[in-house]
Amino acid sequence: MKKLLKNKTFLANSRIYLTVIVAFLVMFSLSNAGILSSSWKGYLVPICAYISLAVSLNLLVGICGELSLGHAGFMGIGAFSGIIFAALLKDVVVSDTLRLLLAMVGGGLLAGIVGFLIGIPVLRLRGDYLAIVTLAFGEIMKNIIGNLYAGVDENGFHMAITTSKMALGEGGKYIINGPMGATGVQKLATFPMGFLLVLFTLFVVLNLINSKEGRAIKAVRDNRIAAESVGINVTAFRMKAFVVSAFLAGMAGVLFGLNYSSITATKFNFNTSINILVFVVLGGMGNILGSVISATILYVLPEAMRSLEDYRMILYAVVLILVMLFTWSPKVKEIVSVISAKLSGIFKKKEVETNG
Amino acid sequence: MSFLQYLINGISIGAVYAIIALGYTMVYGIAKMLNFAHGDVIMVGAYVSYCVTSYLGMPAIVSILVAVVACTVLGIVIEGLAYKPLRGTPSLAVLITAIGVSYFLQNAAQLIFGSAPKNFKSIVTMQPLTLFGGGLTITGEVIITIAICVAIMVGLTLFTSKTRMGKAMRAVSEDRAAAQLMGINVNQTISLTFAIGSALAAVAGVLLCSTVPTLMPTTGAMPGIRAFTAAVFGGIGSIPGAMLGGILLGIIETFSKAYISTQFSDAIVFSVLIIILLVKPAGLLGKQIQEKV
Repeated sequence: MKKLLKNKTFLANSRIYLTVIVAFLVMFSLSNAGILSSSWKGYLVPICAYISLAVSLNLLVGICGELSLGHAGFMGIGAFSGIIFAALLKDVVVSDTLRLLLAMVGGGLLAGIVGFLIGIPVLRLRGDYLAIVTLAFGEIMKNIIGNLYAGVDENGFHMAITTSKMALGEGGKYIINGPMGATGVQKLATFPMGFLLVLFTLFVVLNLINSKEGRAIKAVRDNRIAAESVGINVTAFRMKAFVVSAFLAGMAGVLFGLNYSSITATKFNFNTSINILVFVVLGGMGNILGSVISATILYVLPEAMRSLEDYRMILYAVVLILVMLFTWSPKVKEIVSVISAKLSGIFKKKEVETNG
Repeated sequence: MSFLQYLINGISIGAVYAIIALGYTMVYGIAKMLNFAHGDVIMVGAYVSYCVTSYLGMPAIVSILVAVVACTVLGIVIEGLAYKPLRGTPSLAVLITAIGVSYFLQNAAQLIFGSAPKNFKSIVTMQPLTLFGGGLTITGEVIITIAICVAIMVGLTLFTSKTRMGKAMRAVSEDRAAAQLMGINVNQTISLTFAIGSALAAVAGVLLCSTVPTLMPTTGAMPGIRAFTAAVFGGIGSIPGAMLGGILLGIIETFSKAYISTQFSDAIVFSVLIIILLVKPAGLLGKQIQEKV
């Protein structure tokens, strides 16, 4: 036990888990006590989904060092396959929670498989080119999902990408109706399940980071050639990180998709990918707790500023630019340090004067 | 005959993409940053032109000039305020800042003009050209777009190869430190690149909205991504590459809409991009950089 308490990674990880658990307990009791307004209650599940998305993207961007601009693509695969799974299992599995769980596993696996298939060709590229290809992948996914038809009739399950091939028998029901998206979705997602997903994501990512694989992935990030020369199979490790990240994003997508009664593919566009990336970068690349906190704050911030109406997104943009300038720019940092030194100088002088 | 019609329309759309892609590729070549706000500069250019023609009642040519000047100033201001302080920091930091600028421009436009689409009146008054007894119709917009694109290509090629400023730009994009040692003012050259890129964006915005007459705060986003794809397609950082990539992308898009599927044109275009990058990782005309150990 003493040894464990001295272990730095154990301490750091337990701090992350503890923060998340405490935050969950507080929010859960607040919402159960009826203190939370209904609009705030509505934010809880999306926050959980975005935390999982940010943490899984952080694995790719922060730990693996690969810029991905198509994370929403995996989220979309998860969301729509999860909606289909949940609809198909409706009569088989009675328990809502179990159905959500199965849909999450199914959606995650599908996203993971797609991630693997995409990864084979795509991971040959690096840097900005990888970013561009993931952007292209996200757009392709949005395009395909946006034209997908799925439905059930007496002959079973049908799926097609054109209306003409999609002929449902009498009494047939569309689950996903092309560009109209999924409508009439049963809202299965709950805050406790979202919390479990966050815990699961943290568990997978943190364990991966601190394992042999994680160290190899970080070695690849810091110096690919050096890592290769000591015998690390670069492609295999990048692939592992890519697939795990896609799997987790898919699960988060299922949670997100099953939180709304209707959803369209346009939700999973380039802007969503970028938003998740902003969460990761502002939270600190490679910093898991940072991703959790920034995903929460940056999701709530624009919602909380609704009273400012038209000005809120402008303010959000200005805040984003200013944060980047203040955290990265050497010049701005210098100015800040000079000003703060002067300010503290003034206060010190005053203290001396009052003392004297 | 319809094949020829599609080809010409494709080249016309591709010419607009090429003009936008030039801005992306020049900025990437010289500042090594993905400037995601570029698409929104197009939108600003189109709005400026719209305002000048419909509120001030000025002729089309004046509106283009005003739009070009406004976007040039905007490009320099954005570069100076948002990108210059971040020079030398990781590219991801600059990328996120560019996204911040993009959000800012989109939402500022929404605040000023509202989110309802404006009906952009085409700047071209030329009559459509009918060939082969009505078998082939070339609209005035198509002719003007292609003509302007060719003029820009020739002008830019001459500028980068003949003038001192152009040579300085190429030098900075090749090796910034060495260029500085040779006495080239790197900061000024980068600002100039942004100015040229933004001026081209203004022209592209006016041409784009003349062909597709709806103008919204998000008008620039999708053509921006497409043109960015085109720049990568041709080899990002290469000026002839951007032109080739833009025109090819336009042709592929039109053909896939005409012959394969209207809904899946996006998927087809981006799939082609992925395949090209797998076969030629630096794009069609890009230079393959050897890695040094």
